[in-house]
Amino acid sequence: MSEITLVEAVNLALARAMGEDKDVLLLGEDIGVNGGVFRATNGLQARFGRERVIDTPLAEGGIAGVAVGMAAMGLKPVAEIQFSGFIYPAIDQIINHASRMRNRTRGRLTCPMVLRSPCGAGIHAPEHHSESPEAMFAHMPGLRVVAPSSPARAYGLLLASVRDPDPVIFLEPTRLYRLFRQEVEDDGVELPLDACFILREGADATVVTWGAMVPETLAAAEKLEEEGVMIEVIDVATLKPLDVETILRSVEKTGRCVIVHEAPRTAGFGAEVAAEIAERALYSLLAPIKRVTGYDVVVPLAKLEKQYIPSVDRIVDGVRQVMEAS
Amino acid sequence: MGNIEMGFDLHMDLVQLLSPSGEISKAASNSARDIERLVQFYRAMTRTRIFDNKAISLQRTGQLGTFASALGQEAIGVGAAAAMEERDVLVPSYRDHAAQFYRGMAMSECLLYWGGDERGSDFKNARGDFPNCVPVATQAPQAVGAAYALMARKEDRVVVTFIGDGGTSNGAFYEALNMAGVWKTPVVFIICNNGWAISTPRELESAAETLAQKAVAAGMEGRQVDGNDVIAVHEVVRRAIDKARSGGGPTLIEALTYRLGDHTTADDASRYRDPEIVRAQWTREPIARLRAYLVSEGAWSKEQEAELHKACAEEVDREVAAYLHASPLNSDAMFEHLYAKLPDTLQWQREEARRFAQRSANGDGNGHV
Repeated sequence: MSEITLVEAVNLALARAMGEDKDVLLLGEDIGVNGGVFRATNGLQARFGRERVIDTPLAEGGIAGVAVGMAAMGLKPVAEIQFSGFIYPAIDQIINHASRMRNRTRGRLTCPMVLRSPCGAGIHAPEHHSESPEAMFAHMPGLRVVAPSSPARAYGLLLASVRDPDPVIFLEPTRLYRLFRQEVEDDGVELPLDACFILREGADATVVTWGAMVPETLAAAEKLEEEGVMIEVIDVATLKPLDVETILRSVEKTGRCVIVHEAPRTAGFGAEVAAEIAERALYSLLAPIKRVTGYDVVVPLAKLEKQYIPSVDRIVDGVRQVMEAS
Repeated sequence: MGNIEMGFDLHMDLVQLLSPSGEISKAASNSARDIERLVQFYRAMTRTRIFDNKAISLQRTGQLGTFASALGQEAIGVGAAAAMEERDVLVPSYRDHAAQFYRGMAMSECLLYWGGDERGSDFKNARGDFPNCVPVATQAPQAVGAAYALMARKEDRVVVTFIGDGGTSNGAFYEALNMAGVWKTPVVFIICNNGWAISTPRELESAAETLAQKAVAAGMEGRQVDGNDVIAVHEVVRRAIDKARSGGGPTLIEALTYRLGDHTTADDASRYRDPEIVRAQWTREPIARLRAYLVSEGAWSKEQEAELHKACAEEVDREVAAYLHASPLNSDAMFEHLYAKLPDTLQWQREEARRFAQRSANGDGNGHV
């Protein structure tokens, strides 16, 4: 066992999946010799060959479409979209085909593919490199949408995603790629794709978050503990299908809920979480639900991105508001 | 005429082996003249046309949803499908039932599809074939991916995919051609150039002299063929398939035809095109052309024609009955093939759909207006 980063965990899971199933193959821009712009596929072409680690032409819609065709023929393609800002041309193939191939052929053809993409702001990247598109995909029936927040969860969730018989959108927070290391055993053990993870227990308020906002939320939990407020931190991890029950059980216990995400607020996935709580646990609430999110603005370029991404202070402030509300 | 000013010539000879009046070209090989096979092509094209007539009348009488007829384009589907092996993979657009029928799709499946029932795409035969593709050109990269999968697994199978003339304007088409060229995937792209993308004529789709020349930029062979000449279509597609099967990579074939009908039953082509031009195109259509040749060879008689029509009409009637009497769908069908295993979070939605299940397909008794 060794301590590795999140991006190394992605690499480890891909290598594991390719080693155990010859139908798994990777495709994307610069993923071969170069090992991907973030090095997520580093060394895999040398190990598994050019036919299984394919440097594609620069065409995101085409990459997704090719992956759909491969998957329908029984391969298990893992396609990389280089940055989330370039994922939009691929959405046509994802919503019109990947997500519904099984349904429209009554299970005759299926689409066991993974579309991986880095996402989120905070690494001083150029324009169109900092998007958080998870809510768009979460709206599409037939998909799974996964957002890892630690090396161990990246490894286990990605393995599960590759092995899953249906299409998975796997959104990797770039800011976490090398933020911290964690011991990850390459044991081939996957994590469930239909469960939230309770990262920290607490009785005073539930904070629901995912992806890049998990470290900030955990830091906020430390700060709040100094004030005597114990928050329960839930990493949603798999946004679709959403493990609502875990969230409801926590909110029923704490009576307070803050939802934290980096994506813009309006019609963000936090709205879905809030609506589920409002529909099914309203009478457990001691205070109104609070969302701490990115603003409804275009995600700014590097100079202002720290003003945009929800900070530890904003999360702490959000929790204080729900604590004071009753 | 190619673009001489630019220093290169992209002209491609149009391959035609059977003239509109039914005269065979000297260039046609003995195998291309195989009468038994040509009779089979004739039967298949006629069968498709009789089906189309029935499907349109079903739609007009409220028994079928919007339908896209293949009227006038039967030769492309039949000629191409006949060049495929059963194990090969068809990645169609949405007007390709001539090819689908040839490959074993039941007419009732086609009717189920256009009649609003997903079971129509659960083919009993050719089960590796893709379902119809409505978002124009999105099937093209899928065909490349499917061909890559067959190549990677060293399977002796190729992919044939159809697209319309309008579809060749779409980025997905260019991306697919480009990738197929780079990877030399065993895929044959066939453009059914029927002159119209709903109301948009060919000349508003592209300034290229031919659509076949789009192959050049992707580094692959392009061919242009008379799409109303089933003999030529079969020859050109067969060669492209042989090449793909033997590792020679992809080919782009532009088949020139004409959409004799409306775009779909929801369209009225008289709003945008001159009926005189359509009438003139009827002199070029593929079925009469082949019949003229078969008759001239003494291979087809009026009696055979009458028998064929009778047999096709009987088959269509049987298939229409099968379609109209398909077992009813219940609301569970919306959920059961969404995922391999329905996630827990969707269980209650399935229950709710059951609870409010419509009492009939028309939705009466249920609060729909």
